[in-house]
Amino acid sequence: MTRSTWTIFWRTVIGRAYPRIIGLQREKSWLFFDVFLPLLSVAAYVYIYRAIEAPPEFLGFVVLGGAMTAYWLNIMWNMASQFYWEKETGNLELYIIAPTSRMAILLGMAIGGIVATTVRALAVIAIGTLVFRVPMTVTSVPIFIAVFVSTMIALYGLGMLLSSLFLLFGREAWHMSELLREPVFLVSGFYFPVKALGFAVAAAASIVPITVGLDAMRQLLFPAMMSDLRFLPPEAELAILAGSAVLFLTLAQRSLAFLEQLARREGRLTLRGQ
Amino acid sequence: MRTDVAIRTEELTRVFRVRRREAKGQKREVVALDGVSLSVARGELMGVLGPNGAGKTTMIKILSTLLSPTSGRAEVAGVDVVEDPWEVRRHIGMVSGGESSGYGLLTVEENLWMFSQFYGIDSKTARARIRELLDIVGLADRARTKIYHLSTGMRQKMNFVRGFMTEPEILFLDEPTLGLDVQTAKVLRDYVGEWMRDRGDRTLLLTTHAMHEADELCDRVAIIDQGRILACDAPVRLKRSLQRDAIFRLRIGALTDLESLIGGAEGVVRFAQTPREDHTEVDVILSDENRLPEVLGAIRNRGGSLLSLEKREPTLEDVFLSVVGHGFEESEESPQ
Repeated sequence: MTRSTWTIFWRTVIGRAYPRIIGLQREKSWLFFDVFLPLLSVAAYVYIYRAIEAPPEFLGFVVLGGAMTAYWLNIMWNMASQFYWEKETGNLELYIIAPTSRMAILLGMAIGGIVATTVRALAVIAIGTLVFRVPMTVTSVPIFIAVFVSTMIALYGLGMLLSSLFLLFGREAWHMSELLREPVFLVSGFYFPVKALGFAVAAAASIVPITVGLDAMRQLLFPAMMSDLRFLPPEAELAILAGSAVLFLTLAQRSLAFLEQLARREGRLTLRGQ
Repeated sequence: MRTDVAIRTEELTRVFRVRRREAKGQKREVVALDGVSLSVARGELMGVLGPNGAGKTTMIKILSTLLSPTSGRAEVAGVDVVEDPWEVRRHIGMVSGGESSGYGLLTVEENLWMFSQFYGIDSKTARARIRELLDIVGLADRARTKIYHLSTGMRQKMNFVRGFMTEPEILFLDEPTLGLDVQTAKVLRDYVGEWMRDRGDRTLLLTTHAMHEADELCDRVAIIDQGRILACDAPVRLKRSLQRDAIFRLRIGALTDLESLIGGAEGVVRFAQTPREDHTEVDVILSDENRLPEVLGAIRNRGGSLLSLEKREPTLEDVFLSVVGHGFEESEESPQ
């Protein structure tokens, strides 16, 4: 029986998302690494803001930023460099020879990653809000949901693009992930409003969708405090996120097709231990 | 498109550029496949026999769309592997020896289900096939075991199920029994034979360096060394080609430089030696068995001791020795 391309695509997405979602139940260490450890960083900033008697909304900036770190780490370690690990274990060969789209595999990884990471992020927000007594109210739920969803699509679109670039890499993928981690934490304003870095830096950092996504979400959660600290209006940031989502997904698809062909020509799809 | 030829290669060549160990930054070219032309009929079980580094895996990688050839052509199911790899993938499956694919956190059943989804198989059908195949290979009791708890043999059985559950038209088995114990290897070999008998239209390309495996399973065997196919025929015919020769296995103690002693003796067609712990095993093909006393005399005169002597029927190992000119273990490693 011939199966349609569409059927194979969606089954692939579900199949590849499965290990990430089920892994949440089976490997409880995430509670320590993805909830407790980010909360330590959050706590450091919380006590700094308290020491300087900053308004309580600043604690909310930090807790939200702390929750979003889980997504960035997921992008770096479980999206961008994932094909490197898949190559080392031999899974990549099986992905390539399967009659399925590589985009479907990446999409499955992304959806699985979003679900698993959202559970982690919610845990950070819940515990952070309770422990640090952060006042948080969403002013517009539909816009907040639109911003969050657009941020996720754009962010995981970027992850898929990086993943395709990393298809050619060997061990450099690991170093590249390390290299991109801390600078992004700084320039994207994970623990403070990004406007503090100046318009030019904030604009350049907007290439990472978390920068504008986080700024928009903060505006929707703490409107009074963010009125003077916002980078751009939420509607403009939503538009940027939508544009980034389309751009990154399109680029990811093209780059994946091109780089897969290049890797096949150079024999790098199956070359392990590089 | 359905043709009677499942796999066809024409002058297939693959050259790798590898770093020179002695000169940093410089690269040298290594020819992994050198003008291989091969045709495998639909329904045939073709073996590719050769030592490590002979080019077997490179060939499978090209045919399974993982690697592009440097030159030449390859068609699988009538489709060019370079021009339309997407279409080729609809017809193929692959199992490699020593695979460590899958996710350790998932059970055997879950891993197999996940891979079945990449082929669009509905979950009900996939689970039924998985159960049936796990039962056949004797892994049913481990269906719910997480794969990081599996032994090498069990893991390879799981890989087998993965390769066969999609019912591919053309299946590539790359050293499928590599590193397995005798019993597990036999279970898998038996299943391969049964699968081919039950499904007359399937094609299987098996690469191996296990002579008995190729002998037992294959309709035809291609002998490959240093990227070139040196002979290709049914195992029976390959062996028959040596029947006019006399083949002996000698075990010799306390003697060195056998190469010049035996290899250079009159009437010796081919000669291979394998050092063992306390003796050397020598396979020698003579043009006439009457030449044997001369060989034995030479050994005796040099002070060597003959531990045993056995006259043998030709095996594929002898065929390899005859066409390649050296034994299996004397071949060199290749870059990939």
